[in-house]
Amino acid sequence: MSASGVEQDSAAQRAQKKAREQRSYLWGFGLALVLTLIPFAMLAFTAVERMTLWLTIGACALIQVVVHLRFFLHITLDRSKREDLLLILFTVLILIILCGGTLWILFDLYQRMLPDMMP
Amino acid sequence: MSQRPLALPRPQARHPGLNLGADHAHEADSREEMVFGFWVFMMSDLIIFGLLMATYVTMLGGTAGGPGPKALFELKSVLIQTMLLLVSSATFGMASIALKYQEKRRLVMWLLITLALGFAFLFFELRDFHTMFEKGGVPSRSGYLSAFFSLVPLHGLHVAGASVWLVALLGQMAVHGLDAPVKTGILRLGILWHFLDIVWIGIFSLVYLGGLS
Repeated sequence: MSASGVEQDSAAQRAQKKAREQRSYLWGFGLALVLTLIPFAMLAFTAVERMTLWLTIGACALIQVVVHLRFFLHITLDRSKREDLLLILFTVLILIILCGGTLWILFDLYQRMLPDMMP
Repeated sequence: MSQRPLALPRPQARHPGLNLGADHAHEADSREEMVFGFWVFMMSDLIIFGLLMATYVTMLGGTAGGPGPKALFELKSVLIQTMLLLVSSATFGMASIALKYQEKRRLVMWLLITLALGFAFLFFELRDFHTMFEKGGVPSRSGYLSAFFSLVPLHGLHVAGASVWLVALLGQMAVHGLDAPVKTGILRLGILWHFLDIVWIGIFSLVYLGGLS
């Protein structure tokens, strides 16, 4: 790799790179498929406790989000020219504050004043 | 001449999503800014979806005697929609690779498959809404249903918008060929497409699986 990064690769290297990139997408697809089917199957075919089910659904969703970011959107821990990962992490921080705050305040309100609104 | 190592070091990523690399280097600088800018917009969109999901959770108890999630949702249809969107994400990935290696015919083929999957997703989603309406689940029925219909159809609207954009890009490609604006457009649409699939993970987990459990 030259410093400017514009050096052309040979045909064999191109083919190798292309195969590696296609494999990466297929890995992402396979992992996402498994992580989708686990919660669907648990809900449809098993009678586990509600809390266990919720925790599994949540865990699978979180892992699948990471899989999509890694394999489909190519967000990695590698050095990047722009701060993509920091942007995501900051957005997630804002989301946790806003969503967590909303849920905390409103469910506190429901508990004290509107018990009918508790799901 | 020294032999090159077989495993090349990973080149530094210039922007989120697939980087087109050395073959497209002469136009990379403007693309870097545009794709990163689009990523910033995407993150602001994420805040909207996150807050609508929080609103939905606070409205779970507000069915006002109307139909709730168990009466309205159908697991099979949700699974079909989830699969359609997931496969379309993978086919868009294949389109991105075809773009990177300048295989125009395969690029168009994968984009058309992606478009068809997007339309199929919208068909099943609209059919679901239709069934919900028939069961009395209209947005004005309860606070719960208002929250549902501000969250899920907004995602559908995004998918519809992305499909229109994809058609426009195919038209642009037919007229101008695979020039720099078209390439940048495909990269940004790819980010939108994968991002919408991530939002759908949140929707099917929270709204559908959570509601039916």
